[in-house]
Amino acid sequence: MKEFSYSRATGVREAVSLLASDSGARFLAGGTNLVDLMKAGVETPDQLIDVRGLPLGRIELRGDGALVIGATVTNSDLAAHPEVRLRYPALAQAVLAGASGQLRNMATVGGNLLQRTRCGYFADIASPCNKREPGSGCSAITGENHNHAILGWSEHCVATHPSDMVVPLAAFDAVISYETVDGPGEMPLAEFYPEVGDTPQQETTLPAGALITSVTLPAAPVAARSRYRKVRERASYAFATGSIAAALGVDNGVVREARIAFGAVASRPWRAHAAERALIGAPATAEAFGAAADAELAAAKPLAHNGYKVPLLHNLVVAVLTELAEEAAR
Amino acid sequence: MLTNLREDTVSPTRSEISLHVNGKTHTLSADNRTTLLDALREQLGLTGTKKGCDHGQCGACTVLVDGRRAVSCLQLAVAAEGTAITTIEGIADGDQLHPVQEAFLELDGYQCGYCTPGQICSAVAVIQEHAEGWPSAATDDVRPGAETALDAEEIRERMSGNLCRCGAYTAIVRAVAQAAGNPVTAETKVMA
Repeated sequence: MKEFSYSRATGVREAVSLLASDSGARFLAGGTNLVDLMKAGVETPDQLIDVRGLPLGRIELRGDGALVIGATVTNSDLAAHPEVRLRYPALAQAVLAGASGQLRNMATVGGNLLQRTRCGYFADIASPCNKREPGSGCSAITGENHNHAILGWSEHCVATHPSDMVVPLAAFDAVISYETVDGPGEMPLAEFYPEVGDTPQQETTLPAGALITSVTLPAAPVAARSRYRKVRERASYAFATGSIAAALGVDNGVVREARIAFGAVASRPWRAHAAERALIGAPATAEAFGAAADAELAAAKPLAHNGYKVPLLHNLVVAVLTELAEEAAR
Repeated sequence: MLTNLREDTVSPTRSEISLHVNGKTHTLSADNRTTLLDALREQLGLTGTKKGCDHGQCGACTVLVDGRRAVSCLQLAVAAEGTAITTIEGIADGDQLHPVQEAFLELDGYQCGYCTPGQICSAVAVIQEHAEGWPSAATDDVRPGAETALDAEEIRERMSGNLCRCGAYTAIVRAVAQAAGNPVTAETKVMA
């Protein structure tokens, strides 16, 4: 691991000024991803600015029904929070489906948004990787890619975003707030993760030197009946091979509102807009759910080893929407 | 002339760290790269906390930080200053073993023992987390008020961050259940 200096920020403005004064500096929160990548030589900061002590650790229900989640809230506290469990159960389920109890106690919401891919070639500094070393090539596109993307990838990178948390955040139209030396800003999650294109190293559209301060979930009554389901290669404590966050509003057997996002299939959480459009006004039946899944997955381009993800996601859509429809009918 | 080869303690990449471990405060000088795990083992002589994978994947290095379980291999020592750390050496109350330790002994919740300190620290926290009403990925309904018992399925899920390469899981689940006051029987179904 490269040597680094360490400091603790006592205020948000101080934190962003410290970062702005050193191009080799990085923010440290839970460290569960950053410290691990520093051990592997993938991350080589020369300064860590610890932001865990900043006053960003609260979850507040706003008067308009929106839920504001501070950036240093831990995964554990997020998943245990009564308003999250009541209003956005899929978010609590997604967070609980990720990592282990120990890691969830350390990891934070801000860090979770900025997680790096678990592509094995990215983590191996001996392998070419356009995300780690732009222009060096993509090892996964012709290599071992059974965990990689089926949607939205480019010839430059086929890595997936590893976070479970971001999947319901995408489904529920989360807004990211941040601070820079020029002041605060915000953007919808849909704009936070750019298309891969020819710049896979550009993982977010956050302005340079920005510190994420909170994530806001707008009021979404439909989300009170929502689910997250994750498929992985062992029963617990593994990254997803495919996942879904979904919410369904049904009136008299007809779909009135649908929110669907996929995880582990693209470089970002994949909001399934085509599936949602196909569902509005459709009967809440397995046939309609299957047709909606097909509408979304028509754009899928599987790689050599991950063709299984297409039927996997199809089946996840049908299974989870069927459960939600049954719940709505009770 | 001899050169002073002593490490420069005012180097920006080293820190004077005060660590509060098992009720005692220790002051040490460490490279900022030092993990809490290495500081505990190499500088404080608390070798009960084990190094397994050193990448946060096995749970052998689990300790309690402000009462919450954490993997000490991904926690920088310098960033742990100001927290209260409990290691396996601090789990018992003097000579009185913790109920989780008693249960692991009574029910053989281990074979080689290497993962055991981490398993025990994790289990102590699991019982506390469940008592506080925290749901898990095994909880059918995560909505508040729908809490479930700490049964075998819940214990397996909540303890999934602690690997045991000897495969003593069956006895570990029973030990955690017994310590939680919710013993599971030998007939309890295995995970599908």
